[in-house]
Amino acid sequence: MPLKDAPAWPARYLSATAKDGEPRIAKELDARIKKLFGRSLKLRAVSAGSCNGCEMEMQALGNVVFDLSRFGIQFVASPRHADGLMIAGAVSKNMVSALKETYDAIPEPKIVIAVGACAINGGPFQGSVEVLGGAASVVPVDLFIPGCPPHPLVILEGIFKLLGKNCAPGRPSQSLF
Amino acid sequence: MNSLFLPLQNAVPFPLSKVPVLAVEEWRTVVLNGCGKERGRVAALFADAKRLYAMLAFDAKKNLKIGACELPEGGYPSLTPELPEVHLFEREIFEETGLKPAGHPGLKPVRSHQKKYPFHRIEGTHEVAVGPVHAGIIEPGHFRFQCHGEKVLHLEILLGYQHRGLEALFLKSDAEHRSVLAESVAGDTVIGHALAYCHAIEGLAERSILPKRCQMLRGIVLELERASNHAGDLGALAGDIGFLPASAWFGRLRGEFLNMLMELTGNRYGRGFIRPGAVTHDIPSAMTRDFIHRTGRALKEFKELSSLFFEASSVLARLEGTGTLKQETAKSLGVVGPAARASNSAKDVRQDHPSGIFSSKGIAPVKVSSGDVFARARVRSLEAKRSLEWIGESLETLTAEKISQSIGETKKEMGVVSLVEGWRGEIAHIAMTDQEGKIARYKIIDPSFHNWPALAAAMKGGAVSDFPLVNKSFNLSYAGHDL
Repeated sequence: MPLKDAPAWPARYLSATAKDGEPRIAKELDARIKKLFGRSLKLRAVSAGSCNGCEMEMQALGNVVFDLSRFGIQFVASPRHADGLMIAGAVSKNMVSALKETYDAIPEPKIVIAVGACAINGGPFQGSVEVLGGAASVVPVDLFIPGCPPHPLVILEGIFKLLGKNCAPGRPSQSLF
Repeated sequence: MNSLFLPLQNAVPFPLSKVPVLAVEEWRTVVLNGCGKERGRVAALFADAKRLYAMLAFDAKKNLKIGACELPEGGYPSLTPELPEVHLFEREIFEETGLKPAGHPGLKPVRSHQKKYPFHRIEGTHEVAVGPVHAGIIEPGHFRFQCHGEKVLHLEILLGYQHRGLEALFLKSDAEHRSVLAESVAGDTVIGHALAYCHAIEGLAERSILPKRCQMLRGIVLELERASNHAGDLGALAGDIGFLPASAWFGRLRGEFLNMLMELTGNRYGRGFIRPGAVTHDIPSAMTRDFIHRTGRALKEFKELSSLFFEASSVLARLEGTGTLKQETAKSLGVVGPAARASNSAKDVRQDHPSGIFSSKGIAPVKVSSGDVFARARVRSLEAKRSLEWIGESLETLTAEKISQSIGETKKEMGVVSLVEGWRGEIAHIAMTDQEGKIARYKIIDPSFHNWPALAAAMKGGAVSDFPLVNKSFNLSYAGHDL
């Protein structure tokens, strides 16, 4: 589905993922954030008007095959313990306040990762009056990971690109595969 | 008495003009009689602009019936006091149409959060609220417990957080997008809902009998979906009680089934595979042989792992007697799927109202009688093994036909009821076309819509710290309920 009806991109993440209003392939966050989160990143997952597909791929990241924790990345049970928010879903009207409160409860500095087509622009639910049309309608987003649902390796790849993991100084981050 | 309703078959269309429209009192009597003396159940209760419909299922006799009444002005006497299984259906109808069921014991919102939800409060008890955002990576929902110490006196469940407006979107969307929407009702039941949708559309079309190879492949992915979710649930239950070897191993097995789905369909959940009149990818013979080998190996591992899990006394100590749903309660609430089969009720659409490949190659339901977390876990293990055997046999006997055919135009002013045994239970899609052959009403019922009240019933009198385990033993869909 084209992005032409997407909401205007807030300024905060224009530099990281978008140029002239167009989204682009993720590059690293600034050096300070990379220093804080590069080796230990705790994420809080929120499901907001989704079908549960993305959540299952996020859960799969913790299994013995993908084993997220070996990269220093972990899901935590409270926003108070988190460095960032991982959002799945088109953002249903009924989840707006819970999503905002969870975001607000995460101490700064924090990042936001939108996972899946719905969190990007509403996905299959674009045009429904019951959804706002993606995570960026409520919170500033640092990284969009496409897919329906994105394969767990694609989610990992996206996080790696954002954190600049698996790359040498002066070279663009290499693919995970 | 229920000869007053129109007999139906799963996925076989009927002229809307043939649906009997009775007076409200007579309609009520047929429904109550059908579920009482005639031992049927309400598979669907819904309204459109003009009528109120009841679709009854008589599983032992393998038939379905539908009957309607004109939307009664000013309301009608509620069915719920005598028929608790329609509790949520009547609330849903009230929320969507304003039609009031007089005497309904709990006429509260289902999906709307516009007003503050009036939770039942037991004075003097400790009130515990959980959600909508949960500790784990799971869908949102709110649970309100009234506790006395550890003991749960009452649990009330407030959903609607995943409400995305699916049924309305269905009517606004073109045919291509509707397939995507059907797959997105519940992302873990892509195949189940896609199949229910396609059977409905094919049923309504000129040519609805599909090549056997197409039907067989659809059955294979439906059973792969079942096996992957049952393996995942067993892993989650194992993780919840701290039995980590089983948690890790079941998790890996789940991935094996998802990977097979990905290799066949291009997506770990089978999105894009089932479309009206077709499956979109064929299985090459090398992949067939590979899948036969892998399902055989997975079955062997599943058997070993189930022994390891179910024979551990520490596992049994935790699962047995926890979260018990009595058989009578399961029946009175209209519970479907593995949760019903774990409470001694062998209902299964594949046996009772078969469609697609299950009409020619059946699969017998399993049944366990204790109704506790152990029973719901055991049913999953038995079903997954049966599914893997069925998949292996089906792959061995795949016949050479095309995988798609054109189904022709949609019939005008027809209705169809399409039932599929999804991994959580009976999925129902009900479609009605107008005088131009366009879809005028599309009702989606996920098995979770029947089953959420069972979780509240199973927790009553239990320990609040058992909630995560009991919840996982049902593992119901929030999105499927909320639409």
